Amino acid sequence: MTFVDWLQDYTLQNVVAGAALLGLISGVLGSFAVLRKQSLLGDTLSHAALPGICLGFIISGGRHFGSLLAGALVSGALAALTMLLLTRNSRLKTDAALGITLSTFFALGVVLLTYIQGTGNAAQGGLDSFLFGQAAATLRSDLWVMAGITAVALALVGALWKEFKLIAFDPGYAASLGLPVAWLEALLTVMIALAVVVGLQMVGVVLMAAMVIAPAVAARQWCNRLETMVALAAAIGIGGGIGGALLSALARGLATGPLIILSVSVVVLVSLLFAPGRGFVWELIRLWRGRRRLRYQQVLTTLYRLAVHHEDPAYRSEQGMVDSYHGVGSRKALHLLERRGMVERHAARDGEPSAAAQWVLTRAGIAEAERILSALGEDGENGDAERAAG
Amino acid sequence: MLNALLDNVPLMIMLVGMLVGIASTLVGTFLVLRGSSMLSDAIGHSIVFGIVIVWLLTHQQSGPLQIIGAALTGILTVFLTELLVNTQRVKKDAAIGLVFPVLFSIGVLLLNLYASDVHIDTHTVLLGEIGFVWLDTVDVGGYRVPQSLLSVGAMTLVNAAFVLLFYKELKLATFDAALAKALGFAPGILFYALLLLTSGTAVAAFDAVGAVLFVAFVIVPPAAAYLLTDRLWLMFVYGMAISVLSSVSGYYLAIAWNVSIGGMMAVMTGVFLFVAFLAGPHYGLIAQRMRRLGQRRFNESRTLAVHLYNHEGSPEQATENVVRALQEHLLWDAAKAHRVTRRSCAQGHIVQDGERLHLTSLGRALAQEILEPGSRGARH
Repeated sequence: MTFVDWLQDYTLQNVVAGAALLGLISGVLGSFAVLRKQSLLGDTLSHAALPGICLGFIISGGRHFGSLLAGALVSGALAALTMLLLTRNSRLKTDAALGITLSTFFALGVVLLTYIQGTGNAAQGGLDSFLFGQAAATLRSDLWVMAGITAVALALVGALWKEFKLIAFDPGYAASLGLPVAWLEALLTVMIALAVVVGLQMVGVVLMAAMVIAPAVAARQWCNRLETMVALAAAIGIGGGIGGALLSALARGLATGPLIILSVSVVVLVSLLFAPGRGFVWELIRLWRGRRRLRYQQVLTTLYRLAVHHEDPAYRSEQGMVDSYHGVGSRKALHLLERRGMVERHAARDGEPSAAAQWVLTRAGIAEAERILSALGEDGENGDAERAAG
Repeated sequence: MLNALLDNVPLMIMLVGMLVGIASTLVGTFLVLRGSSMLSDAIGHSIVFGIVIVWLLTHQQSGPLQIIGAALTGILTVFLTELLVNTQRVKKDAAIGLVFPVLFSIGVLLLNLYASDVHIDTHTVLLGEIGFVWLDTVDVGGYRVPQSLLSVGAMTLVNAAFVLLFYKELKLATFDAALAKALGFAPGILFYALLLLTSGTAVAAFDAVGAVLFVAFVIVPPAAAYLLTDRLWLMFVYGMAISVLSSVSGYYLAIAWNVSIGGMMAVMTGVFLFVAFLAGPHYGLIAQRMRRLGQRRFNESRTLAVHLYNHEGSPEQATENVVRALQEHLLWDAAKAHRVTRRSCAQGHIVQDGERLHLTSLGRALAQEILEPGSRGARH
């Protein structure tokens, strides 16, 4: 099969298109979920979709994509309502409410799933595929449904952009402006359920959690504006989706869902490590540089103070003395100082008890030490040094 | 005798369910109280990775070494999550949701790759097969004991020993981590030990209930117990009782409807939680509503008493202390005015004399309690 044939493969086209749609919708909606600290909502809503899928199957009597999705949406909404009921009207915290809803709804889904299998319906094949997703089974007609859902969700986000932005960052202010915060939050939750519905076919209920969170977290590292973040999250979602889909096509036999999740997660890892400004690697480098500078300044000012104390600008500080102030680690700092022309190294004179190296400040070194000390507000010693130097 | 019990399939299935519930409740109680419930979800999913790795390395699915090995992945999840949180780039919930799907994905891909080698398929990963626990038995002193029963039983004992040994340390670390730290109890290490046991329990329970249903056994019974009581030891008792009841009722319902036994047991824990949520003695929805209703009725009686007391003995008493006046002055509609009057009469706060309402000494005391606190009965 040539590369062109490969690209024209009907199944592959469907899978890639589906994965791209999933990346788009979950990137956009996930941004709001992550910013509102509701990252695990996607996890709960996707597990909670299972009983809805089964009910959709039972009611419609077959594997009709539309009715399964409608069922998933309804049970997602019910799950969100259950969570709200538990957190508002009992002493249970959000995490417990999330876990309870997730596990009991999923258990109900498992019960319904086995019920359907027990009835021996011939069309039940492929129903468990919603657990892990079965991207290869995506049909063109499924794609249209997914595209329709994505379009609706994006249109809603576009229309209510200002409001969503406000409740993502300052729900209290939004409420004081008279915005229907509870309704807007409910709408965002339902839209996450929509994203879950799109993802069911592609990655399955279990891995949807990462699809909602990962693109948004990755995008967050690169920018500080919501507009950019949402656009970037959508791009990362689409990229990860397509990447995973292509990978699974290359390595036949590997499930698409996990590969999509892993490719998006790689983007997250790279972003966390290397994004400019927020990247963790840059921070480590900054930290290391700061430590080195501090060490260098400590050693330099110590030499300077020794010189002041002995009233001799050419005072020879022995290596051992510097070590006793700052530990053996001071050697690195001394070599750095020497390279920068702040100190000179002298061999020990004949007849001295220690043969260790001795360090003398240069003029540049004295000036630098005074600059450091005056920056710290210790001007009092400047005069002494001048006198010593003279 | 013992063999007869061990060959009793329904009993074995229910027993495994109960033990999974009890072992999970022992650790889950602390997770729920600490607000870390979702860690059980993360652990449940990511041990799939550990189980597959351990299987590929040792080709044995159970045994202490296997349980510990796979349980380490659970700890790895928590460690990676905290590492992410500590970089301050990611919030805790997002970090949980980032880490476990990665480990779970790798686990599933390994299952794909080595499908012919591995004893589990992706379906069992999620659901478990509690109905078949009696198929896989080992020989212990001449008795054929189901493998799951043995490993879940062992985890139950380990968890119980841990909770009993460190009861006061765990209690302190859960309710006041700062004080525990100040007293030198290392709450961090204690918490990691708890999570290691949670992972171990997840691994032991894996064949029976799978990754997701395990979450129900860990969180739901303790959460239900939390709605029933304020005492920690009672939470354990209630949580275990709910686990046992869920296993038994779940089993019979599942047999009756011919559905997944593990799933039905987990659904039953949810049903018990819902009952506790509605009918709990103090925190239940009904109790809350009743309390609010009682408070409102009491306030109405007091309002009436104060109104009558204010006009008692004054010239306008004849026009004010009648039911009709309540509608104007207290803005009560006619039905409410009559309802409150009747209730106050029944409680002995007032007596009705034709149109006129008179306070009894009981009603007068009620009004004075509000109007002249500290000088009860001063006007007599």
